[in-house]
Amino acid sequence: MSEFKIGQREVENVNILELKGYLDAHTAPKLEEAFQSLLRSQRFRIVVNCRDLSYISSAGLGVFMAFIEDVRNAKGDIKLTNMSPKVYNVFDLLGFPLLYEIFKDEQEAVTRFFPKAK
Amino acid sequence: MKTVSIQVESRTERLIAVRDFVSEAARAFGFGDEDISKIALAVDEACTNVIKHAYRSDPTKIIRVNVIAGTGTFEVVIQDEGLRFNPTQVQAPDMKEYLTHFRRGGLGVHLMKSLMDRVEYSIAPGKSNELRLTKYLPR
Repeated sequence: MSEFKIGQREVENVNILELKGYLDAHTAPKLEEAFQSLLRSQRFRIVVNCRDLSYISSAGLGVFMAFIEDVRNAKGDIKLTNMSPKVYNVFDLLGFPLLYEIFKDEQEAVTRFFPKAK
Repeated sequence: MKTVSIQVESRTERLIAVRDFVSEAARAFGFGDEDISKIALAVDEACTNVIKHAYRSDPTKIIRVNVIAGTGTFEVVIQDEGLRFNPTQVQAPDMKEYLTHFRRGGLGVHLMKSLMDRVEYSIAPGKSNELRLTKYLPR
């Protein structure tokens, strides 16, 4: 089953989840597990790179909803990047841009975790 | 009027087959990429609801998806024989309130209504539940 894959990396202490393929009710539990494992290991700075995400349904959106509160309570955040217009439209239809910071580019999102220290 | 159908077991791994089937029919009907994506997503949401709510995740049950291509009207009828779940009666959540309280669930119905031109639900007593999703071909 290669319809949905998650890659994990770390950049400057920020955890990057790279989503690839189709995120629906069948594959959403995989993303749920990935978030659970990050939270278990106290990693709350999370960037989700959607460059290779071809499809998302409400089951996938529900996963972001399920974790955002805990992550923010721990002073972290889930930021989203590199969405195709098709995937962005689904987020937009449900008003998610009000709740999540969405960036064109991964580095922008990573930098956002570190307010300029002067 | 032309009708094509697919029958799948009530399992989430079959959603991809339903999306492919409906996308292909929508393309053949003349829709562009954006509308094809919308229709496939709406049908995915409808079938996900059937799997989770009408059939309570019983994988032995069957979902039937019929595509009826009329004149300028593309209808997808999703039939199941499970518990009644009328998505047209699910109130659209106030999204601002919804998001600020970090709710989840109920989003699928909201999406279906936003993506399609019409969403209708009917019950044939003792037979099946039917959800009819309609989209008009832009002129």
